[in-house]
Amino acid sequence: MPRRRAQRRSPSPDSEEKAGDKSEADVKSVPQTEESSAALETSESVEIGGKEPLAVLYCAVCSFPPEYCEFGSHLTKCKAWLQESHPDLFEKYYSETALIAKAGALSLEAAKKLEEDSIKKEAKAEAKAESAAKKRASAKVTIKRIERNKRKHITAIHGLEAFDIDLKKAAKVFAQKFATGASVTKNAAGQDEIVVQGDVSDEVEEMLEKGGGALGPGIGGDSGVDYNDTALPREQFKTP
Amino acid sequence: MFKKFSPSSDISGQSILKSSVQRTIRTNILSHFKVDPDTFEHIWPKKESLVLVKCREHISLYTVNGTPLFFQHFDGPYFPTLKLLHKYPFLLPRVTVDRGAIRFLLGGAHMMCPGFTSAGGELPPPEEALPAGTPVAIMSEGKEHAVGIGITKLSTEEIKSVNKGVGVETVCYLGDDLWNVDTV
Repeated sequence: MPRRRAQRRSPSPDSEEKAGDKSEADVKSVPQTEESSAALETSESVEIGGKEPLAVLYCAVCSFPPEYCEFGSHLTKCKAWLQESHPDLFEKYYSETALIAKAGALSLEAAKKLEEDSIKKEAKAEAKAESAAKKRASAKVTIKRIERNKRKHITAIHGLEAFDIDLKKAAKVFAQKFATGASVTKNAAGQDEIVVQGDVSDEVEEMLEKGGGALGPGIGGDSGVDYNDTALPREQFKTP
Repeated sequence: MFKKFSPSSDISGQSILKSSVQRTIRTNILSHFKVDPDTFEHIWPKKESLVLVKCREHISLYTVNGTPLFFQHFDGPYFPTLKLLHKYPFLLPRVTVDRGAIRFLLGGAHMMCPGFTSAGGELPPPEEALPAGTPVAIMSEGKEHAVGIGITKLSTEEIKSVNKGVGVETVCYLGDDLWNVDTV
């Protein structure tokens, strides 16, 4: 069998990430033809224990195998990462000779277009990431107190997804803390929100600011309460 | 198939399969994939039970310990996931597309015949011709790892002779939403 024992590696994804450079390069150097002939022979192989999985290195930036980074949308970042963590592979994929070999099959025009496209794509991805970050920074959590009966209220909390909080788990935390019902429901606009039985808006605000457990690291900053934003000005409903 | 797929909204339920069903799936996969039972033991140990994850549009994902390993559309053939294929590249027969097609493939396009018949592309030789409807690993020119998984729409000999239109339908590819799912 042309397959080397050097590839033996436990199949857990963890160890794969940390796969050593040397053996990685070893794996890569297998010529395509040899690989495919190995594939054809597999059916009659009677190795005890079978074959170990190949350790495939994935780019930490775009999650592709590094040879496909050039088609992703973060090429410069991918390149920087590869150069730092796997210099030998960087040499393999981005050295002058490699670039020439790659361009060989394409006409000059097509190659140029491809390059332009990738630059455009990268700019686009960057703009997208930026706007997402902006949106995140300006994300707001709305805590609403809604009257059910004269003396009974429910508290609706909306906008926690933006802070990477698992709504279901957060609802469970609230339910446990306040010993009331808490559930994840869709509001009129079709967005998910947590509904807690009873008027617990103050406590919820405090808990969210502090964070902990399923509530993440806490939503700090200016959680200045914007009473105009809520549907009902709460002073009006303060029961004596 | 997985261009748009979000685990939170597209998964309708998970269930552990009956052992008899698991057995049929195991024999089915073993007879279709180019893999010997010993190696398959690494992929899906006998002790672990297979979990069926039902998704929208009759897509069934099969997971072991939460990691998707196989999927199937309706009652069609079983496909390995792309990550599994990277680890065991011999599971599926391979076809190769030229460099120009990679960019479209990564956008989710089906693969047209000329991509296989041009200089950079490669199809199995006539004696190993694949019939239509075979799951294949889509490799690409000058690269070592598969870029996608597809199902042949024409037999490989027909692809060579017709040389027009869709030859291999893309099922999943690098960077699609299934690729981004690590655990279910």
